[in-house]
Amino acid sequence: MDFLSPSTWEEALAAKSAHPDAVPIMGGTDVMVELNFGRRRPPALLDLTRIPQLRDHGPDDGYLRLGAGVPYTTIIERLRDRSPALAQAARAVASPQIRNRGSVGGNLGGASPAGDAHPPLLAVDALVELASVRGVRRVAAREFYHGPRRTARRDDELISAVLLPEPAGPQSFSKIGTRNAMVIAVASFSLALDAQARTVGTGIGSAGPTPLRAIEAEKFLASEFDWDGAASPSPATVTRFGELVASAARPIDDVRGSAHYRRHALSVMARRAVSWAVTDYRKEIARCA
Amino acid sequence: MRVSFEVNGHEVTADNVWPGESLLYVLRERLGLPGSKNACEQGECGSCTVYLDGVTVCSCLVAAGQAQGRAVRTVEGLAESGDLAERRLSPVQEAFVEAGAVQCGFCTPGLLVQTDDLIERTVGQGGGVPDEAEIREHLAGNLCRCTGYEKIIDAVRLAAERTAAQRDGGGPA
Repeated sequence: MDFLSPSTWEEALAAKSAHPDAVPIMGGTDVMVELNFGRRRPPALLDLTRIPQLRDHGPDDGYLRLGAGVPYTTIIERLRDRSPALAQAARAVASPQIRNRGSVGGNLGGASPAGDAHPPLLAVDALVELASVRGVRRVAAREFYHGPRRTARRDDELISAVLLPEPAGPQSFSKIGTRNAMVIAVASFSLALDAQARTVGTGIGSAGPTPLRAIEAEKFLASEFDWDGAASPSPATVTRFGELVASAARPIDDVRGSAHYRRHALSVMARRAVSWAVTDYRKEIARCA
Repeated sequence: MRVSFEVNGHEVTADNVWPGESLLYVLRERLGLPGSKNACEQGECGSCTVYLDGVTVCSCLVAAGQAQGRAVRTVEGLAESGDLAERRLSPVQEAFVEAGAVQCGFCTPGLLVQTDDLIERTVGQGGGVPDEAEIREHLAGNLCRCTGYEKIIDAVRLAAERTAAQRDGGGPA
């Protein structure tokens, strides 16, 4: 096994092009587990921790550009206002030690359907920036996940950043697990409202072969939501939204939970997310008045 | 491959390191620093917690090559330096002893490092003594299967209170 340790982004792209089967490693919180347990013996590791711009974050033409290697701890401590749903998800990741190392780029590279970062990226309609020696392209998160651990990333590409639209309404993330820390989600859900476009975004985690959207639920809530005054939606509306979210999931029975439980948990999280959104939306109206 | 980095203020070098090897393995098996414990090897238990460039990490999840040129501080580096005979335990270590926060001891090194970090981030930054929720949250990635955590939390609070008193009063508590 080779250990490739580029110190610039250009060197990293050249290395990935020359060694397309090299496994990129940033925080190591997924990759090292596979190595420690002998589940994976890649021909090379491509260490990305020495490339400073992967840790950069800042505004980029209406987006927050988040370098692929920005640790979850930084997202929680510094980017809460600019990426509320993702910051809540970051807060739900594992433990402080893991949050100090793990990053959204790693979550996207591994593409486990249980990754905590995925539902917010879907809900807010984030972009994933992929780079290779051939150039840079941006893929909508909503087009990124192709199958279990399969994504739109090509073998010679590295994930350079994600781009998060400026928040334009309430956002939330919730997650079901057996305890409050160190939990792989049994099911997770993210909701983002865009008050300007009057659209709703959703993301479902750990309840399908890939992270999923609940498109019917999005359309339904966008048409039912009181965008002017945030009047409380009827109980029937909230229930229906929960049902539509649950029916968009494609869960299986596994060690963490049954498919039935996952659908139930999603309907509960979806209903709660609506009530949080209404409360936050009213606060925003009051603040602007 | 060869990996050189700083451990507890000393430059060290390890040779014949397998590229997929963890920092934890290098510390324990190549550098004679067995304080960091090897338990789960998947970041679940926190027994291998060390500082890497001032940030606490599970050393089982750091590839050895990622530590090249970096500064590592292990549980062995918490005690005040000096001759072995004169070496004094750190306030966190003293508090764990006094509070009876140690039973089998396997999780203790990781808890000491993570507690040291909590105190540095709170009291050490001019803040107050962390409350129980903050303590539990900061130690959420460190498992102990003996104590039930109560005495560990007592020890963290004791260490934080003493550090705060020393900071505010100027002298040892």
